[in-house]
Amino acid sequence: MVASTTNGLKRVVIEPVTRVEGHGKVTLLLDEQNKVHQARLHIVEFRGFERFIQGRPFWEVPVLVQRLCGICPVSHHLAAAKAMDRIVGGENLTPTAEKMRRLMHYGQFFQSHALHFFHLVSPDLLFGFDADVAIRNVIGVAAKYPDLAVQGVMMRKYGQEVILRTAGKKIHGTGAIPGGVNKNLSIAERDFLLKDAEQMLTWSRGALKIAKDYTVAKLDELKDFGSFESNHLSLIGPGGEMDLYHGGLRAITATGEKIFDHVDYQRYLDYIAEEVRPWSYMKFPFIKSLGPEKGWYRVGPLARLNTADRIDTPEAEAARREFMAVTQGKPNNISMAYHWARMIELLHSMEKIHALLHDRDLQGTDLVVRGPRREETVGLIEAPRGTLFHHYVVNKDDQIVRANLIVSTTNNNEPMNRAVQKVAQDHLSGKQLTEGLLNRIEVAIRAYDPCLSCATHALGQMPLEVELVAADGTLLDRRTRG
Amino acid sequence: MTPARVLVLAYGNPGRRDDGLGPACAAAIERWQVPGVTVSSDYQLTVEDAAAAAQYDVVLFVDAACAGPEPWALRALGRATDAAAARRTGGVSFSSHSAAPEDVLALAALLFHADPAGYVLAVRGYEFDEFGEGLSPAAGRNLAAALAALEPMLRNRTLGADAAPAGGPVAAAAGSGTDR
Repeated sequence: MVASTTNGLKRVVIEPVTRVEGHGKVTLLLDEQNKVHQARLHIVEFRGFERFIQGRPFWEVPVLVQRLCGICPVSHHLAAAKAMDRIVGGENLTPTAEKMRRLMHYGQFFQSHALHFFHLVSPDLLFGFDADVAIRNVIGVAAKYPDLAVQGVMMRKYGQEVILRTAGKKIHGTGAIPGGVNKNLSIAERDFLLKDAEQMLTWSRGALKIAKDYTVAKLDELKDFGSFESNHLSLIGPGGEMDLYHGGLRAITATGEKIFDHVDYQRYLDYIAEEVRPWSYMKFPFIKSLGPEKGWYRVGPLARLNTADRIDTPEAEAARREFMAVTQGKPNNISMAYHWARMIELLHSMEKIHALLHDRDLQGTDLVVRGPRREETVGLIEAPRGTLFHHYVVNKDDQIVRANLIVSTTNNNEPMNRAVQKVAQDHLSGKQLTEGLLNRIEVAIRAYDPCLSCATHALGQMPLEVELVAADGTLLDRRTRG
Repeated sequence: MTPARVLVLAYGNPGRRDDGLGPACAAAIERWQVPGVTVSSDYQLTVEDAAAAAQYDVVLFVDAACAGPEPWALRALGRATDAAAARRTGGVSFSSHSAAPEDVLALAALLFHADPAGYVLAVRGYEFDEFGEGLSPAAGRNLAAALAALEPMLRNRTLGADAAPAGGPVAAAAGSGTDR
């Protein structure tokens, strides 16, 4: 796409319009010396959701919100359910209800992280950033490393089986309802999932080893790749442990100082604000006390590893210690370390699934609680790619009158821009877009696992398109991919 | 001769207007109750669909199309082994978690040593950008036309496992809407 010229700056526009996940493009603003001045990652976020949901009865929301995303419907389902728990005064779930939801959630983490790693990331790691794009893809992995590719497929499938048996359906699940769940886990379902649990643990360890070995071996190369210092934010358990389902908000600086801790997320608006920038549909969240310039933060696996004092499953905790040792216990700000962190969470999720499947509470029959009704509510959860905020107001007729969502990819908006800017500054030379630069921009964005599927998908959309345009509007270079 | 086992893999988001053409098509096919035809509906294709595809002789992918022929187009993808060979020199995904139909077929061949024939039915839609349930009137008409053509193909197994040479003509009888 040819971009207009502003203030004597040139723009390099990368428009990776994938067939399935809607529009996204990268604009690199060059100065007169052809140095990268700023990077702008444009993602066309979902639009019209508030209108779509207005007037709907609140109990429909946990099902409706799954329309938002084909990749993380369970995260939206559970965030909305957590919000609606408070509408019915049922936020103190029964043990069966909370554990069923957690099992569903860990199933979602497991399948999402496995899919991302094997489908999108493993080609970069196994073949190298500069490998021919014709082989640097999941088909290339399947051809050269079929055993690994089968593992990826079967791990994704296993996570989906967990979701099916906790949410009731593979898609558009109904398992979580305001104040609880509508089903428990039968003995037959438990035994079905247990059958492959040990295998999944074994494969999770293998995936973690690939990510760790790769990062450690290439640390000198990776530590500067798309990297920068940032704040980090996530939910945290009451004892400072990683908790992907529930807890208080913790934010830390790039060097580990706490900005706030154990904050009740019902009050998130006292701590988090969103900046609007004219060139992007997607907002830029920031920590209020630091302001928009210094208050932006990272979310997702890397942030969660950095904010957590510990992980409450033994193998993932041992892996966390190894991970933190690389940065001498200080927060890790290496963008490519997301992959290692993600695989630690993959193993953690499988350890949790394994433990929950042995918990008899999952066969309990006390599924729903009720309490004093409320009209405004916030539901927060750690989705696979980061903290997910759902905020609703309900009227006396039980209808939704207002909704505000901050999705994980929005929370990582500024960091992804920073990562692209850093890579472009380091690798753009002259007036040509090289394959090497394109590769590196893609790799940097992929580290954050952005979810673009909140956009629509349909056959016939455009492939990746890259154009380099001079200040006078002259097309200097153009590349397409896909 | 045993009729080909057919898997219909329809995908799209019913909460995004015409993106729901795939699931709407799946729901209609399911109501036909055609013996030997299995229907699966999801938001998008992903790698594990390859494991399911490997169990069938024919896989029919059904998706909405935001461009291309009206009211529908049917394209033969060839066999999974052909797709695997072709995809080895194919493209790379930018950040999509989804898989293309050709990827699903290729993975069925590479990982599960199966060789189903694949087809893509692309039903033309028009409204994708807003949240909302229900198809646009024009997309609804296109779906009806596609279903009218598709039902005899599934019942008579015109979409045969032997009728889909790679890059060859489609097996559809209908003249309009075919796409090579």
